[in-house]
Amino acid sequence: MTNDPTRPLLAVRDLGVSFTRKGAPDVRAVDGVSFDVSPGQTVGLVGESGSGKSVTSLAVMGLLPRRNVRVDGRVIFDDDDLLTLPRERMRDIRGRDMAMVFQDPMTSLNPVVPIGVQVTEVIERHQQLSGDAADKAAAELLDRVGIPDPTRRLREYPHQLSGGMRQRALIAMALACRPRLLIADEPTTALDVTIQAQILELLKELVHDSGAALIMITHDLGVVAGLCDTVHVMYSGRVVEGAQRRELFARPRHPYTGGLLASVPRLDAARGTPLHPIPGSPTDVLAWPSGCAFAPRCHHRVDACTDGPPPLENIGGRSLRCVNPLPTTEEVPA
Amino acid sequence: MSLSQVEAATESDQVEQPVGNLRQAAWRRLRRDPVAITGFVLIAMFIVVAVLAPLIAPYDPRDTPGAGTITPTNIPGPSAEHWFGLDEQGRDELSRVIYGARQSLLVGVVAMLLGMAGGMVLGVLAGAFGRWVDSVVMRIVDIMLSIPGLLMAIAIAAVLGRSLTSVMIAIAAVNVPIFARLLRGQMMSQRESDYVLAARSLGVRRRSIVLSHVLPNSMSPVIVQATLTLATAIIEAAALSFLGLGGADPAVPEWGRMLASTQRYLASAPHLALFPGLAIMVAALGFTLIGERLREALDPKYRR
Repeated sequence: MTNDPTRPLLAVRDLGVSFTRKGAPDVRAVDGVSFDVSPGQTVGLVGESGSGKSVTSLAVMGLLPRRNVRVDGRVIFDDDDLLTLPRERMRDIRGRDMAMVFQDPMTSLNPVVPIGVQVTEVIERHQQLSGDAADKAAAELLDRVGIPDPTRRLREYPHQLSGGMRQRALIAMALACRPRLLIADEPTTALDVTIQAQILELLKELVHDSGAALIMITHDLGVVAGLCDTVHVMYSGRVVEGAQRRELFARPRHPYTGGLLASVPRLDAARGTPLHPIPGSPTDVLAWPSGCAFAPRCHHRVDACTDGPPPLENIGGRSLRCVNPLPTTEEVPA
Repeated sequence: MSLSQVEAATESDQVEQPVGNLRQAAWRRLRRDPVAITGFVLIAMFIVVAVLAPLIAPYDPRDTPGAGTITPTNIPGPSAEHWFGLDEQGRDELSRVIYGARQSLLVGVVAMLLGMAGGMVLGVLAGAFGRWVDSVVMRIVDIMLSIPGLLMAIAIAAVLGRSLTSVMIAIAAVNVPIFARLLRGQMMSQRESDYVLAARSLGVRRRSIVLSHVLPNSMSPVIVQATLTLATAIIEAAALSFLGLGGADPAVPEWGRMLASTQRYLASAPHLALFPGLAIMVAALGFTLIGERLREALDPKYRR
């Protein structure tokens, strides 16, 4: 491991995931996804349901089933290509060097096992701790994620904890061995709005304190705005636009990104101002090979959109997959 | 209702109830369920009678207090001295029914435990490894299930020879494939659950995932099946001993054998068939009532 700060911690290159079916064409769920995560950086993967963001994260973690799934491309973490690592090595890396927090804290904890057993299981698995030492470490962890009275909570079962507390416990488990990369897959979606902010704040603080890098997977642009350094927008399995957070929010170039930003309801808008949804639904997509998958829903579409797959171009530090991008503000005729 | 109970109630409406919670709630429901309580009382009676047989039974089941008065056409029915009457050899019927409970309970419990243990080993193998292990184990299970249960039990008991042990093994063998199939299916569905994915994402080893996560969450239907199996095991044990495949010593009272030996006297002494028959029914009924109500209490779809 080198400490070269310019070298990314995680480099995803041309990642593709296909679900293969007998007697039917493969489903290409993720295609040509590339991004870097530097140490300590927070990267957002944004997209609606079915855009491939969760599949991307599962592929990075090596958690996709082996049957009927084909993963290609490279996922470089610490000089190792995770996609070609033996299973046992990968199991050692998971939980120790990289960990994941899932969407639904209600179902992500084993209901019949006390919280403490589940937390110490991870500690004992990756650290040379056991018995009382592991219990003590578990209590400290729960304390660090803001769970009051941790020694009592460790003896309790998941159903005795609220959703927010459970997500805190899951975050504690993910951060138990101080991983250098944390993937959070919509960690606040299943929580009450009031709890969402607390959990995001907690994640931000813990990630900052431990120096871990964070991949935040979300459909919520508000989460991205408050948390991420870099944002990649995905649509139908491909990255359509990626840029620094400020850049992206200030000057979205892909019509999909623009549509997402415009569809966020504004509290300061006049009463009665209609919302601006993106017309259509994610199901009306083109297959990428025949053109831009977003074209059927795009208000900025031109004939060239359906001539073939638009390439991912790099324009001034921003990646963009669009043949007719939104104009930058400077180009807008006065 | 306290505030925390209110919160718990509203929360359980929103989310699918977790199993830990489910088991405690199931126990609470069972304690208030008159049918389940009836089952508990029947079983409690059965167990007390079996365990305390030497204290309760008014006579030794091998003694023949009525030896002088019995003829094939004159078998006295219930009386003050002999509540259930005398059997065809002049033995006290009540004492024999009481001692018969011991055999039934012993065979039922041991056969159920053996069958469950065997079935769980096969089920865990198939459910944990999947792929070809699953295929091989499940085909064996299919073959076992394709033979009618009682027929297989008779065949095994006949091959192993007359003894209580062979009855137990025969009945256990019948139940092995049932437990195996049940546990395997349950484990397969639990393997897809979120908490298993979450545990894998933290590098937890496969063995711990199977043994400490998947298996405990797959046990509810197995427990229900175990209760129901006790009932069928008692009936099957009676059936085997009725067919002459019970324990080797004919002097030891077994309900099934009592029924068999009374056949010839059915016209003159119907009580000899009535009491052991009732005993079998009551014992099986107790376990069935509890098993059925336990199944409903553990299954969210049956929630009343």
